Amino acid sequence: MASDLLSFAQRITQGAIRVVDLTATLSQEFPTIVLPPEFGQAAPFRIEEISRYDERGPAWYWNNFSVSEHAGTHFDAPIHWISGKDLPNNAVDTIDPRNFIAPASVIDCSKESADPDFVVTVDFIEAWEKKHGRVAAGDWVLLRTDWSKKPFRDYAGMGDDGAHTPGPEPATVKWLVEERDVHGFGTETIGTDYGQAQHFNPPYPAHFYMHGKGRYGLQCLTNLDKLPPKGAVIVSAPLKIKQGSGSPLRVLALVEDGA
Amino acid sequence: MTTRLAYDGVVVCVPVTIPYRRYSVNSAHWWIGRALHELTLGAGIKPKDIDGLIVSSFTVGPDTAVGLTQHFGLTPRWLDHVPMGGASGVIGLRRAARAVQAGDAQFVACVAADTNHVDSFRKTLTSFSRFAQDAVYPYGSGGANASFALITKNYMNQYGATREDFGKLCVAQRDNALAIPFAMMKKKLTLDEYMKARSISDPLHLFDCVMPCAGAEAFLVCREETAKSLGLPAVRILSTIERHNAFPDDPVQYRGGWAMDTDELWQMAGVKPDDVDLLETYDDYPVIVTMQFEDLGFCKKGEGPDFIRGNTFTTDGTFPHNTSGGQLSVGQAGAAGGYLGITEAMRQLAGTPIGKPVRDAKLAVVSGFGMINYDRGLSSGAAVLARA
Amino acid sequence: MTAPLTRPKRKDPLKKTRQPLYPQSIRSRTAQGLTAAAAQGRFELQCCSDCKEIFYPPRDACPKCLSARVPFVPVDNRGTVLAETTIQTSTDPYFRERTPWRAGLTKLDAGPVVLSHLHGDVAEGARVRLDLKLDKGGAPVLIALPEKDTPNMADDPQLREMTCDPKFRRVLITDGRTAVGQAMAKAFSEAGANIVFVGIADPWKPFPGEDMLRKIEKVEIVPLDVTDSESCIEQAEQNGGRIDIVVNTAEHVRPGGVMQRHGLTVAREEMDVRYFGLMRLAQAFGPAMRSRGADGVNSAAAFVNLLSVHALMNWPAYGAYSAAEAACLSAAQCLRAELRPGGVKVVNVFFGPLETEWFQTVPPPKVAPSALAKAVVQALQRGVEDVFVGDIAEDIRARLAVNPKALEREIAG
Repeated sequence: MASDLLSFAQRITQGAIRVVDLTATLSQEFPTIVLPPEFGQAAPFRIEEISRYDERGPAWYWNNFSVSEHAGTHFDAPIHWISGKDLPNNAVDTIDPRNFIAPASVIDCSKESADPDFVVTVDFIEAWEKKHGRVAAGDWVLLRTDWSKKPFRDYAGMGDDGAHTPGPEPATVKWLVEERDVHGFGTETIGTDYGQAQHFNPPYPAHFYMHGKGRYGLQCLTNLDKLPPKGAVIVSAPLKIKQGSGSPLRVLALVEDGA
Repeated sequence: MTTRLAYDGVVVCVPVTIPYRRYSVNSAHWWIGRALHELTLGAGIKPKDIDGLIVSSFTVGPDTAVGLTQHFGLTPRWLDHVPMGGASGVIGLRRAARAVQAGDAQFVACVAADTNHVDSFRKTLTSFSRFAQDAVYPYGSGGANASFALITKNYMNQYGATREDFGKLCVAQRDNALAIPFAMMKKKLTLDEYMKARSISDPLHLFDCVMPCAGAEAFLVCREETAKSLGLPAVRILSTIERHNAFPDDPVQYRGGWAMDTDELWQMAGVKPDDVDLLETYDDYPVIVTMQFEDLGFCKKGEGPDFIRGNTFTTDGTFPHNTSGGQLSVGQAGAAGGYLGITEAMRQLAGTPIGKPVRDAKLAVVSGFGMINYDRGLSSGAAVLARA
Repeated sequence: MTAPLTRPKRKDPLKKTRQPLYPQSIRSRTAQGLTAAAAQGRFELQCCSDCKEIFYPPRDACPKCLSARVPFVPVDNRGTVLAETTIQTSTDPYFRERTPWRAGLTKLDAGPVVLSHLHGDVAEGARVRLDLKLDKGGAPVLIALPEKDTPNMADDPQLREMTCDPKFRRVLITDGRTAVGQAMAKAFSEAGANIVFVGIADPWKPFPGEDMLRKIEKVEIVPLDVTDSESCIEQAEQNGGRIDIVVNTAEHVRPGGVMQRHGLTVAREEMDVRYFGLMRLAQAFGPAMRSRGADGVNSAAAFVNLLSVHALMNWPAYGAYSAAEAACLSAAQCLRAELRPGGVKVVNVFFGPLETEWFQTVPPPKVAPSALAKAVVQALQRGVEDVFVGDIAEDIRARLAVNPKALEREIAG
């Protein structure tokens, strides 16, 4: 057992296993979710220098930063949604850490996602399964739209009736949970839900159904285009915030070289 | 008839001038000390004999006359600080004379001195007076020039005085100063040069303005018998006047305080303007000299320009005036500018001037003016002095 | 005749920048009554309550009857110039490099004779209006202006020293996303500014009026987020040396009180946008502005804060907002002292509710963004530093002057 782990570590060092960074840089410019102005807003990432080898601290450089749990590349815990509020171990500090490492099925809908209103259906995923195999129980389902490559203005997809970004319809999420027993759902866009999901029934099904069943969310991922459809293992451990509903984090994918 | 007490039995003696310097690294205290020393030497007395002291100085701060008593080792029984600028000489003389007359002091030393460091002038200005601080210095001049320019302009508009009129006074004073070795201005001045000189604040040009410098002037006031017993040439005081904030409702100053009290000046003295052999006016600006001609009674108000045109003002002229050159040519050693007319008059009356003598000088008038607080000079004074 | 200002040429980058100087600015305490009047653009002198004598310079007792009841009151500012002089040389370092400089004596119809600066269009014997202005050092001075406005009057060099006229200056409107920001951009463009930089934060978020804003002449959109220190520093690094007037339009208005609010996230935003935003802008742009206060026709001139009048007295329905505005007011007072040595004015513009979305339920009178913008431009043209815009602001100001405690109770309702 131990030598399997050690050889795994060696293979990473030697590059036989690639480490792909699925994380956007946490910066002030990164778009955040915007809710109706009457509601509380997620604070964007902000950073204040404490000192930079100057009179405030001659030999060191360090910062204080502030950010919402749900800004940048971040993890959603079940406690984040009303449907998951009473589940056991539903906060980032109580989730069993085993759940922070899981394989991924990467569903490529990058072409279709040229349309900001593209809706991912069960049929679409079943078609993908025919080519690449069944989405396994305990898999992350990651939606590759290539939207992380867009300039920020297009990435946010803000229109005068809200956001327009690709995402799943309620039936799709329900199916993923009930028929495929997935680990969680991850996207490149802001939010795991379709941009206009407020009009779905239930609204925001990716949150409602996933968290309602104790599953997790990942959003604002990058580099999904560098992952194989199957076989990548995702490492995604959020900060251990007391009763936290989520946190920005470093999401890494481990991929066999040649895969 | 005046009810004022005559100055019988009191005299002024021992005129002292410490030669002026443009800039001095010494303090005002040094200059005052020099003057006091010369007073004692000139009078043949010891410092401890000085039992009365008047001091006038802009740069002796943070001291006033009190601090100077300990500084110079004096133990006076009569002390005054007279910070009234160009009127300090006449006013100091009045104070000292009454003290001696009343027996409150035997020897009153009257000293005016100022040093002139490179930043003295500017520093003096910033704390000159509350009105100057609030309502004058923020308006551009950095000094009194603009205020006197306005007074000059108004006078010229009102009475038709010309720059040539003022120039004539300045040229004559310069001629008088050529015989004074320590005068700041050493070259002859022509009317053409005066007219062409650069403008300071229209209509005032360079030669309308005094040159600040360091220096000291002083004299001693004592009883006539005391001066005689010491063998000192002396000068009698026939009359004096003093006034502050005269004519406050004049929109622009065109007359000084003397105009309120001229009758008293001549009545108390028992002489007339025609009897006067020399006049020492306070000449910070020629327009003020012109006002003194009028307000002291040498001509009527408004006739100053004519009076200037009809007279010559050198020591040997028809109307000897500022016979040592006045501040305009000798320099303004701060508060000493208010005393230099007195020391010059004393020397002329004793027949021992530093410069050229006025023939048979028996009667002199000395006039003081100063303290441009806001828009006008507040203090004025005059004294009629006679050879003893 | 005042020659119109010509558009300044590009600055020679190798020439030393003229450092700011200012006239003597010490004033007696009583004379600060003039400061209070000048700051708000009023003309006031002392008038004896007992004998009605109006006098100047400021005194602590009436020079006619010695009464100590000598308050500052509005007086007739008209007069006639008795004598004028052109100062050609001065021992004062500020004036020394600005000669020729004209000053004169004016007899006011109200009585006193005053020494004042003279506008170039004012001649000896002329009828004039006297104005009380704050000079480059922020100290009160009198200036005699022509009886009626003359062409290019504002371009008189002596007068321009006392104002913050936007003409030919370069302006930064810190937030163009709002109606106020956009109205400000338009107003400054029309007031003759050379460039109007307009800061936009979160460019990925569209905002209403964006197309119109981009079309305004002389507007240049720049990235600027007052909640992001790095953004402010970057913008200052790029443009700080050519910003003469900053108008901080970044706003955050929400109803809610101190106790009557649930949680602190909105309060954090309020303070971050308003109070810390002001601090970020001050730190980023202030130092360069302070060093450019004497830098020619388009010298750095003003830092404008748009403040709720409730910075002066809390309005509990918008209580947390009022408190954040109060923090801004105190910070602005500090900034005013910090920028004064550079001859840069901090202008505080107070207003009541605006005709904007977050004051939607508040009944009129309210101030329209265009009216606010106009008032700001006028304040800069006049050189006043404390401005009250609209009926509510005027009302609060008046009531504060009489009985702040009564106002406290009355506002709370």
